[in-house]
Amino acid sequence: MDIIHEILKYIGLVFILIGSIFLFLGALGIYRMPDLYNRLQAGTKASTLGAMSVILGVGLLQPFWLIKLIIIIIFIGFANPLSSHALARASYRAGIKPCCDKEIDSYGKAVEKQLKKIQKKLKNLTD
Amino acid sequence: MVKYKFSLKKFIYTFVIVLLIWYGFTTSFAPAELITGVIISLVIAYISVKNFNCCDPILLLPSHVLHFIKYFFVFLGALLKANLDVARRVLTPGLPINPGIVMFQTKLNNDFAKMVLANSITLTPGTLTIDIIKNKFYVHWIDVTTEDPEQVYKEIAEPFEKILLKIYN
Repeated sequence: MDIIHEILKYIGLVFILIGSIFLFLGALGIYRMPDLYNRLQAGTKASTLGAMSVILGVGLLQPFWLIKLIIIIIFIGFANPLSSHALARASYRAGIKPCCDKEIDSYGKAVEKQLKKIQKKLKNLTD
Repeated sequence: MVKYKFSLKKFIYTFVIVLLIWYGFTTSFAPAELITGVIISLVIAYISVKNFNCCDPILLLPSHVLHFIKYFFVFLGALLKANLDVARRVLTPGLPINPGIVMFQTKLNNDFAKMVLANSITLTPGTLTIDIIKNKFYVHWIDVTTEDPEQVYKEIAEPFEKILLKIYN
């Protein structure tokens, strides 16, 4: 019983180490990337895997908590990308344009179309 | 506004899932905990059933469960690759990026499947879903190689969508 506990402990510590390395790389990415969208890219991926890995490591150190922690991991897996998606969408609509010289942007037209539709509806309402 | 039709089947599925989460968090089988769990799950299920959209009973069929397990492993591999990709880009001195927003169309028509696909795209190498308008996905791509929707679809979404189409259509 003790041996299993020791082995689990070391596996858990390895998970926590890997997780913190990824979290650090994510932070470095947020610092180095040029604009909001690229920062979100680096931040989301690294923080998702980093947090999952750290939480799983804690679960292996404390096996009694494992079920709760797995529920939290699933929740992070759903909530983290959703929140970054919401941030990106909101900041695009607030007028923050993507950076860099080469302009590839098929989203702008779609947003304009929607805005025109909404403006038309508002006009009809006020008339 | 669409009037919501109450369905007992959906209510029971919501209730069971909320209850399972409750028991997962408490991990105790004292009678007081069990009864409190049932009451609270009933209330939460009643409030949230009209927005709860994920769990059809068909998902429990064995073939679908197999697809889900396959999807999980494909997704896990992509997540690991994405993180190594981020690490590589961040640690390279020249910062090798060529970002842009591209568009592709999906064949999925189930809302939950669309959400799973969007989340998967966000967590795979170099892509971030910005918006879904009907069946068009707008994706921020850190290293754009093509703007043609079909090519984009092939490079970003195909491995995930193939499995999701098998489950939902």
